Amino acid sequence: MAIIERPSSDVATTATTPATVTPTSSQGALKRPVSAKGWREWLFTVDHKKIGIMYGVVAMFFFIVGGVEALLIRLQLAAPEGRILSADQYNQMFTMHATTMVFLFAMPMAAAFANYFLPLQIGARDVAFPRLNALSLWLLVSGGIVLNLAWFLGGAADGGWFMYAPNSGPVFSPSNGVDFWTLGLQIAGIASLIGSINLIVTVLNMRAPGMTLMKMPVFTWMILVVQFLLVFSLPVITVALVLLMFQREYGATFFDVSAGADPLLWQHLFWIFGHPEVYVLILPAFGIISEVLPTFARKPLFGYPFVVFSGAAIGFVGFGVWAHHMFAAGLGPVSVAVFSIATMAIAIPTGVKIFNWLLTMWGGKIWYSTAMKFAIGLVVLFTIGGLSGVTHSVAPSTTQQTDTYYIVAHFHYVLFGGMVFGLFSGFYYWWPKVFGRMLDERLGSWNFWLMVIGMNMTFGPMHILGLQGQPRRMYQWTEARAGEGFFNLGFWNVVSSIGSFILAVGVLFFLINVWKTWRTGKQAPLDPWDARTLEWLTTSPPKAHNFDRIPVVHHLDEFFHRKYEEDTATHTMRPVTDGASLVEEEVRNADEHIHLPSPSYWPLMLAVGISTLGLGVLYGVPVMVIGAAMVLLSSFGWVLEPSVAPETDFEDPSHGDGHTKEIAPLG
Amino acid sequence: MADTLHAAGPASDHGHHSATGLSNNKLAMWLFLGSECLLFGGLISTYMLYRGRVSDGPHPSQVYDIPFTSVSSFVLLMSSLTMVLAVTAAQRNDDSKTNLWLTVTALLGATFIGGQVYEFTTFYREGMGFTTSLFTSSFYTLTGFHGVHVSVGVILLLATVGIIKRNKVTGNKAESVELVGLYWHFVDIVWIVIFTLVYLIPA
Repeated sequence: MAIIERPSSDVATTATTPATVTPTSSQGALKRPVSAKGWREWLFTVDHKKIGIMYGVVAMFFFIVGGVEALLIRLQLAAPEGRILSADQYNQMFTMHATTMVFLFAMPMAAAFANYFLPLQIGARDVAFPRLNALSLWLLVSGGIVLNLAWFLGGAADGGWFMYAPNSGPVFSPSNGVDFWTLGLQIAGIASLIGSINLIVTVLNMRAPGMTLMKMPVFTWMILVVQFLLVFSLPVITVALVLLMFQREYGATFFDVSAGADPLLWQHLFWIFGHPEVYVLILPAFGIISEVLPTFARKPLFGYPFVVFSGAAIGFVGFGVWAHHMFAAGLGPVSVAVFSIATMAIAIPTGVKIFNWLLTMWGGKIWYSTAMKFAIGLVVLFTIGGLSGVTHSVAPSTTQQTDTYYIVAHFHYVLFGGMVFGLFSGFYYWWPKVFGRMLDERLGSWNFWLMVIGMNMTFGPMHILGLQGQPRRMYQWTEARAGEGFFNLGFWNVVSSIGSFILAVGVLFFLINVWKTWRTGKQAPLDPWDARTLEWLTTSPPKAHNFDRIPVVHHLDEFFHRKYEEDTATHTMRPVTDGASLVEEEVRNADEHIHLPSPSYWPLMLAVGISTLGLGVLYGVPVMVIGAAMVLLSSFGWVLEPSVAPETDFEDPSHGDGHTKEIAPLG
Repeated sequence: MADTLHAAGPASDHGHHSATGLSNNKLAMWLFLGSECLLFGGLISTYMLYRGRVSDGPHPSQVYDIPFTSVSSFVLLMSSLTMVLAVTAAQRNDDSKTNLWLTVTALLGATFIGGQVYEFTTFYREGMGFTTSLFTSSFYTLTGFHGVHVSVGVILLLATVGIIKRNKVTGNKAESVELVGLYWHFVDIVWIVIFTLVYLIPA
């Protein structure tokens, strides 16, 4: 324990004053429910923890769907002249694989972690707008359903996940797949936008007393940066999607080159969103392992401010590099040079983070738990993907590599090796917090090693395939043109396909682990990892109101500093108490009058209304009118309902467990 | 003005402490409007790219009626003034004045929308359909999006009047009015940009 953070004495002691507004009666068409039981407890909940779990379940479902799509792709390519899928089905498969993984797995899974842990990490009782939080979830679910409906209604989207013109037009995509795609992504986009505004307000306004921005956990910081990226990039893709929708549904020609349109318009709009999006995907994982590495190396995070600021720098620069996706489009030497240099520059803050993580582990007493293994896996695999990423910033090189498997190898190393490993690290680290049970470490080890081997076997050979010129998105390869010796495309395609199934078995081990833990998992101690941040300063799983009393924060890594004290003679940290006793102390000193918002029907109703309104674009004006009516009705219901159910609706004013209801921030 | 705004602060977030000094609602509204800037940014860029691509259809300079649009722009800008009057009335807790000015603002907004409907109909009669050219598609998309924003604003204003009249405001009344005001001013400011770039600067 060489690196010690000295306690600071300036702690704001802002006392929370009692609530001032007490609505006297239920208003709107439906009364606000007092509480909900059974399935209603989940459908109408506004609790950020339940919403977080539901985000996780939905994301996991789509992870499996997207994974099956990936396996079909690899089966098709396992042998020459693959016959598993037709060319058309193959197009749908890779388009929906990417769309599903990016929009329906990665973003929602990050949202699951953010929703669950962000309020806990900043010592808040919920997010700023609990009902909007529920609305985000239900809109995401609607978006996912709309996107995948197309499978059953004539074929899914088939233009590639970035849907360039003319592939997005009626000539090359005659089915309704792209129509559902534009709609589904717009609905999911609204969900993300609402969610991001909600989380920014939560972080900026609702931190526990004493928690300054620079005392926030890195995970919270990274989530904050991500939400800013989303707020400013989502509207740009919304414009692109709206224009595409108007082209396909109402006969405009925004991307129709034969009508004089500029094909680069879509590319610019898409990538102005699309590049910040890749940081939206990776930064939450960076945040997770910035929590995991210090905990299991038993050292503070090395260079906390550098990790925070390089995260923010990645966010800023991330808005200025989108055209490196378009080097082959003929932008002209000046644009290419500028975007090349900006892209190289972004490697600097990323490198800073990697060195900080390495130095966090350096000299630490490392505990190789599954969470830690996944975190180290991220550092290694992301670095490989990051290095091939730097090769893309060199424009002459990129013109050779563009649209080959080399690109596919790169982004799977950063997204699977980076993001997915980060998320799995988070599963193992936080599972005891969320469910009160420990995931099995032995199964976890199988899970990790199979995923490492599978992932490197799947995506490693793709570097070779790509440099040999195998184009991405080709649905068959032929023996005659596969080449010979070490560079034989056939051999490496087989290796890659075998790898993908090993990877799938690895994921299966995780699911088995979850099932086993659910059935027979052992009770988790209150502080199983000797953790550092505030989410552990409460019971596992946390109570509905999160904290029995709102913590007052004095330190970065507050929970750690409550357990350990600095020995001034030796400058080492020695334990003064343990996590479990700290939690028990909180329980003994619980606040009275803890205020929580009541469940609400309107988020679900509004989400259904918005989706119906959207589907009206495809199914005609009557559907649109019904949707609009539902939106209007739900909005009024939403605005008019009080933030808690009226006094008279509560049976027992003491609420049974000593906590009386109170007004929460309006959701 | 700043003092009045501040005075409305503490009660508006139900006493929960807020690190920025802004209430949750107001911060969220500002973030939403920031996001909207990028939405209109994208639409305006599309229009600027395509305004010269008229195919066989009319050229912008042949259809725009600058004096007419100037008048409707003036009407919309005046609605910002009445909105400010509504907000100050709400902060003085003067419900009848608040409702009066909100209604006037809604009427001015509706007048602007009426003008836009008239303008679109005239353009259509002059052979400028939505699909006539890239110019017309991007023009209707941009101004149409703005028109929808104004219409939503009018609904918000009238709904606020209704809710205040029935005394059913669930939060801080002055702040609710102010939030509608923020949205309304934003829509007006966007129109200033659109009017300048679309109508005044020749293609």
